[in-house]
Amino acid sequence: MWDNIILAMQSLRANKLRALLTMLGIIIGIGSVIAIETVGASLSGSITDSMSGFGISNISVSLTQKTGEDETSGIRVRMFRNTVPDADDLITEQMIEEYRAAFPNQVIAVEVTETAGSATVIGIDGEDVTATVTGVNDDYLAAEDVELLYGRGINNAKDAQRKVCVVADRFVTDVLGISPVNAVGRAVELTIGGKPQTFYIQGVYAYDEEDTGMTMVSVNSDDDDVVTSVYLPLNTARMLTGSSTAGVQSLTVVAANEVDTTAFLKTTQSWFESWYARNDSWTVEASSMESLVSTITEMIDTVSLAISAIAAISLLVGGIGVMNIMLVSITERTREIGTRKALGAPRTAIRVQFVVEAVVICLVGGGIGILLGMGLGAAASSLLGFSAKPDVQSIAMAVGFSMAIGVFFGYYPADKAAKLDPIEALRYE
Amino acid sequence: MTSTEKAAMPDALDRAFAAAKAIRKAETAVQPIIRMKDIRKSYYIGKPNELEILHGIDLTVHAGEFVAIVGESGSGKSTLMNLIGALDSPTSGSYQLDGVDVAAANDVELSEIRNRKIGFVFQTFNLIGRQSALKNVELPMLYAKIPAAKRTARARQLLDMVGMSDRIKHQPNELSGGQKQRVAIARAMANDPAILLADEPTGALDSATSRTVMDLFHQLHKQQGKTILLITHNPALAEECDRILTLVDGRIVSERKGGGSHVG
Repeated sequence: MWDNIILAMQSLRANKLRALLTMLGIIIGIGSVIAIETVGASLSGSITDSMSGFGISNISVSLTQKTGEDETSGIRVRMFRNTVPDADDLITEQMIEEYRAAFPNQVIAVEVTETAGSATVIGIDGEDVTATVTGVNDDYLAAEDVELLYGRGINNAKDAQRKVCVVADRFVTDVLGISPVNAVGRAVELTIGGKPQTFYIQGVYAYDEEDTGMTMVSVNSDDDDVVTSVYLPLNTARMLTGSSTAGVQSLTVVAANEVDTTAFLKTTQSWFESWYARNDSWTVEASSMESLVSTITEMIDTVSLAISAIAAISLLVGGIGVMNIMLVSITERTREIGTRKALGAPRTAIRVQFVVEAVVICLVGGGIGILLGMGLGAAASSLLGFSAKPDVQSIAMAVGFSMAIGVFFGYYPADKAAKLDPIEALRYE
Repeated sequence: MTSTEKAAMPDALDRAFAAAKAIRKAETAVQPIIRMKDIRKSYYIGKPNELEILHGIDLTVHAGEFVAIVGESGSGKSTLMNLIGALDSPTSGSYQLDGVDVAAANDVELSEIRNRKIGFVFQTFNLIGRQSALKNVELPMLYAKIPAAKRTARARQLLDMVGMSDRIKHQPNELSGGQKQRVAIARAMANDPAILLADEPTGALDSATSRTVMDLFHQLHKQQGKTILLITHNPALAEECDRILTLVDGRIVSERKGGGSHVG
């Protein structure tokens, strides 16, 4: 076998250009499959990476209407079903407290927010400054890693419906034109929903440009258009929007790092569902960004698999090229085959020799293709900004596939060689 | 068998044993390397243009003989040589080579016979290109599945014997015609075959190199007792052999003794 491999290498070296041209199909095929896999991995990697800023493992729990198929809601009930949850349907403070108590180790924080919309203020330079106004519960600021610089955060028990707010340092300089150090206690007039209202600043937090948290959407990095968040006590925001104070329609659970999000998501959902077993029209649904991301990643994987399959067609073309060149090579070497037979080579030996030669061509081509694909993939993924490497599995598959092509497309020519009549072959000019 | 037992045996039986033993011994001694009986070879069998090339060849070659087969082109020389070399099977007749029935052998057995029993020397040398002289000589031993170390050692020894020990790493295109043929003879000797089958071995060589190649055959014949079958159309070369068979139109028409060699 080793002799056959050396022999195949020798004949490759003897016809370098021809060997290279023959391998080209294999090189392009394997190379593009590996490159596409790498780009796919890079894409899903960068998506996972950028999504992780949004609290990828957070579980959001929200009220949802029961569907008609549900056995607890018959047709009769559906006629009276509400499209908006009543006060009794909401997730109450009591439920949240019990939930926390039920999973003290898994739950780090439960975020409850009330979006009061956006507020505009006339800035120190006369231009409008826009901020989003959000009522938050006690957990929120800490859970979202909002870094308080001065004053204090939101304490709903104390602050209840008081008109106090926590603003960004940047907001202070833009609106009041003073140092954030002196901002605590100052009044600021926010126009929310067309109604100007006066709030007192009780805390200043550090605005983090890199923070891509959902409540702080910076539309673009242009200085004037920066939108910061203004945080209010939960009930203050509810008062502004006129929402019920009985409970919430949705909440976000921040789970501990070591918690398996997928499993805990199910646990959370069934825990809350138990409260809604007797409710005719409403129940809860838990979801997480992680499940969304995994859906996206799966989609990318499917797409790159599909593209790879198309690229694999060039492997087929490459295989046909190998077969063609093997047939030519066998015709050229008819006398050699005749001589080998005269010297006592059985058919199997001739067959093995040429199959090995075809496999060596394909493996060398496959090897070059893997290197090329890794190079292309690395270049493309560095453009995408998330470096990824093809996994060992796909490299092993590429190697196995090129071997299979060699055997498949090399067998027919090799068999033809093995079946040559030694007399004819020796006489061949 | 102890002497007492032997004494107890009837004399007649004793004599019978001795006679059988002698016959067996004689048979082994005269067992020819080649025994062909009424060999016929036809082409296009069963078709309108069926053609019989060999019309019943009887040929016996004994161990240690140097036999020449001469004939014009078209006499069936090549066909006969292919049959002797186990490259082809006869249409009818029996052929035993060194005790092996070649006529009945299948493809795998034929390749084994070619490998172990026959050493081919061709007119056009037929060395494998891009392979060193050493690798070429090793090739029949490779097919005989002889371990690599043993192969190389024997190949070196054979190349030394044909006077090519300083060219073992050379490839065929770096060798002259005479050198190529000497490597080819070394290769033919690789598995110590029962017979060397040389088909016009000097056909592509000038007279001086032809001489050295013929001398090499004589040397193998005289010193190692190799059985050699030389197929040629050159009467001068044939004269050097022990026995000359003339083939005309697929029949052996004459058989005579040759002059033998001047080489000691």
